[in-house]
Formats: sequence, C-alpha cells, structure tokens
Amino acid sequence: MRLFLHELRAQQVLFWRNREAAFFSFLFPIILLVLLGTVYGDEPIEGVDAATYLLVGLIGYGVGATAFAGLAITIVVRREQGLLKRVRGTPLGPGTYLGAVIASEAIVIALQVVVQLLIGRYLLDADWPAAPGSFAFAVLLGAATFSALGLAVTTLVRTAEGSSAVVNAIYLPMAFISGTFFSTEEMPAFLEGISQVLPLTHLLDLVRSTFIEGETFASTETALAVVVAWGLAGLAVAVRRFRWEPREGLQEA
Amino acid sequence: MNGVAIEVEGLRKSYGAREVLHGIGFEVRAGEVFALLGPNGAGKTTTVEILEGYRRRDAGDVRVLGQDPGRAGGDFRARIGIVLQSSAVYQLLNVREIVALFAGYYPSPRRPDEVIELVGLSEQREARVRTLSGGQLRRLDLALALIGDPELVFLDEPTTGFDPAARRLAWDTIRDLRSLGKSILLTTHYMEEAQKLADRVAILRGGEIVGTGSPRELLSGHATVEIRYRRNGQEVVLETAEPTRVLHELTGEALASGAELEGLEVHRRTLEDVYLDLTRGEDRE
Repeated sequence: MRLFLHELRAQQVLFWRNREAAFFSFLFPIILLVLLGTVYGDEPIEGVDAATYLLVGLIGYGVGATAFAGLAITIVVRREQGLLKRVRGTPLGPGTYLGAVIASEAIVIALQVVVQLLIGRYLLDADWPAAPGSFAFAVLLGAATFSALGLAVTTLVRTAEGSSAVVNAIYLPMAFISGTFFSTEEMPAFLEGISQVLPLTHLLDLVRSTFIEGETFASTETALAVVVAWGLAGLAVAVRRFRWEPREGLQEA
Repeated sequence: MNGVAIEVEGLRKSYGAREVLHGIGFEVRAGEVFALLGPNGAGKTTTVEILEGYRRRDAGDVRVLGQDPGRAGGDFRARIGIVLQSSAVYQLLNVREIVALFAGYYPSPRRPDEVIELVGLSEQREARVRTLSGGQLRRLDLALALIGDPELVFLDEPTTGFDPAARRLAWDTIRDLRSLGKSILLTTHYMEEAQKLADRVAILRGGEIVGTGSPRELLSGHATVEIRYRRNGQEVVLETAEPTRVLHELTGEALASGAELEGLEVHRRTLEDVYLDLTRGEDRE
C-alpha cells in the first residue's frame, strides 16, 4: 500500500506535467461541454433538455478519453521507450505499477466529472444527477471497463509514434457513433446497428438513466451486462497479450 | 552464496528456429568485475537479460545470487541493479525526483543525494530528464541501478557513446563499486575497458564462449610482443615471446649495415589483439 501510494503520487505529477495528455484527457472534454452546451443549450434532444443531454454525453466521452485513449497512449509510449521494462527490473510489482497508473487516471476522471457537473449546473443550467450513488458507480464502472480496453488496445499498437493515431482512430468514431454529441436516432440504420454493440453507447445509457431518470441498475440490465462484458473481454486480452518490452527488443540477440 | 554471484551451465536460447546461445557456461565470483565480450549478435544481451530475469531460457542451469532468475520475484530484484543497453526514464521528472521515486521501490535504498553525487550529477539535480545530454542520461541510468544498494550490478554497455573523460569517470565509479564488495557483470565493445576493469572476462562468439579467464591469462600462451618495421618499403611484422633477443638481433644487423629500421614499433599485445584473434572469421549461424 505504501508502494502503491508512492507510485500513485509520481503518476499524478507525471500526468499534470504532460501538457498534451492533460489537455486531451482532462481539459478537452470540459471545453467541448462548454462549447456545445452554449450552442445547443436550449433545444431538447430526445425529450431531454440539451444541456443535460450534452452533460451526460460529455461525461461519458471524458471517461473514455482518459481511461481508454489517455491510458493506452501513455502505456504504449512508455513501453516503446523501454520504461516499462526498466520498471519490471525493480522490486515494484507489475500489478502495483499498473494499478497506480490506472488509479491516477481515475483521479483525473473524478476531477473531470466534478468540474463538468459544476459547469453543467451553474453555467448551462443542467440538473444534478437524479441518483448520485448509482451515477458515481456508473462512472467508476465505465472507468474500469475503458481502462481494461485501453490496456487491451496497447497490444495492437506497435510504435509510440503511431499510438495517438491508432487510439484516436478507434476512439473518436466510437464517440460519435455512440451518441456522445448528438442523438443516435438521427443516424442511418447501419450506424445505429453498430452503436448497439459499442461499450460507450451502453455506458452512456447507464450514465443517462442514473443521471436523468434516477433509475437504479435493475432496470438497465442490458446496458450493465454489455459494459461488463466489454470490460472482461478487454481484461482477458490484456492479461494474455500485454507486453512490457519495446518491440525492437523482442527478436534481437 | 559460497563466494559465487552467478553460475551458468549449458545455457541455451533460441528465437524461433535460430539458436543464439549454444549451451554456454561461466561463473562470476562474488566481488569481482566480470566482462562479457563479443561482437554484435554474439548473444551478450540475451545472456545478460536471462540472468536479469527478463527472458526465459530454453535449457541449462542458471543461478544468480543463489536464485533462479526465471522464477525469482521482487526479493531477487531488490538485490540486483540493472543498467540496460538503452536508457529509459520519465522525461518529465527531474533527476532528484526520479532517483527518489526509484529509491521508494527498494527495501533499503541508499540516499538519493549520495547516489546522485556518486555518478557526478549533483549539478543537474534539479534538471528535467529531457534536458540531459546522452552521457548524463547514462549516468542517471547508473544511479537508478545503484539506488537500491544491490549486491550484483549488471551493466550492459554502460559507456557506449561516452567521451573519453566521461568514460574515465564511469570507470572510477565501477572501481568504487568493486571496492565496496559488489559483484559486477559488464558487457562492452571496448577492450580497453575490459582490460582496465575486469578481473575476468569471457569472450562470446556466435553463441559460444571461445575464451575465458583473467585478461592476463588470455594474453599468456600467445606471443606477447609485436615488432613492426619497414624494409625496402615493405612492412615486416614479427610476433615473439622473446622481444629482447629479437630486438637485439635486429638492431645489431641494422647498425652493422648502417641502415635505419624505418618505422620501428614495439607493441605489447593487448586484450584487443586476443579478442580479434578469437572472434575473427565468420560467425556461425
């Protein structure tokens, strides 16, 4: 536990000093909320006032941007630099290290959600979450699922230079198709079909129902099941395929 | 530990169908500096990474500090220090922060400031890692390898890319470590480095050990002195174990005939000459 906190502190320092990561993971979803919220704030979307609809969507977007995209890029860059290999050569356990990196992202997400809630309430006139406990749990579950998927996606990326491109090529279309920025009801049928299998769609569903309708999880079983299934699938891939060493080091004698 | 830091016997490793280590064996005694030499691709890094616990071996017995590095955990890693071939540290931390971070990983670390001073980075204490020069980064690598106060230190080409002054400084640091009783396994391309630092060396070629012993032992058994001069524009090279007699004869003849031995050079054979003899020719695949 002492080691975990020691590493967590370092990871927090590293996160906030990395301006690019701090911007795209932390600030960008907040800026999007302010921009989109002030533009569309008054018209209802899917029967919900636009400010609340967008707030929920961008909370979901931020969870994925930090836990999935941010984590995956961080890990790939560190792996290809040889940093993960170096950490493996110390007595710090691999689980403690990855746990601290993920917990550090979770702190960022928590801060981000709080800022978004405050902006939503006081700038855009959105509501507070109807079921705060379930809402917090949905965010946490989303963070866990997308962290697992983030670790899984690191196994697909070969170079540090390519990490940002590959990860965003997966995440940005997913964010659109899942309805973070606008309703999926206006999409062509095939896109809506795709959206029904994506984890972010169902995470948004969970966040939306706990935020807007105050439903507990009993009434959102499908969404819960899909999110958990994606998380477990990501974890399974990560456990089997995760690499600590950079690619160049693999075959060299 | 019985005075032995590393024992290797019959070590084999393949990557796919290509076997890169054909059953090698050697021993590193506690408290000595042992150098593993060999051309690129000879298997040095593979060997070292098996000993460090990074890679699995296919066959053979390996004991490092009495443990099997293939199964060892955090307690084993707390007793070793590693300088990998390429540096990798968090770019956004400063020198003191990263050394303190790594100190926290070990059960009984040395004081960060003391280690920073030992590797000669005191002036860069507050400098972000990304502003350091290549040589300074290498010294930071060394600091991170030493922060846990290890019994055994692995140095994989620790001075590659150093200027001569920085190399001398690194050698002093390695000698200091030895005088503290640490065991050191070093790989290097620089024969001068091995000759100056190593108590014993093993020369690896194409996945096999082709020579082992102290630098002095490797030099004996070979003609130890080389005499070169030019006669009628032709280069003449003599190798001899009796340089006094040969030189006397040569210079006697030259004086008698009133000729000058042009470009006369007397050269003691070095580890590099032995190394080149042993590793000459095609590496076997």
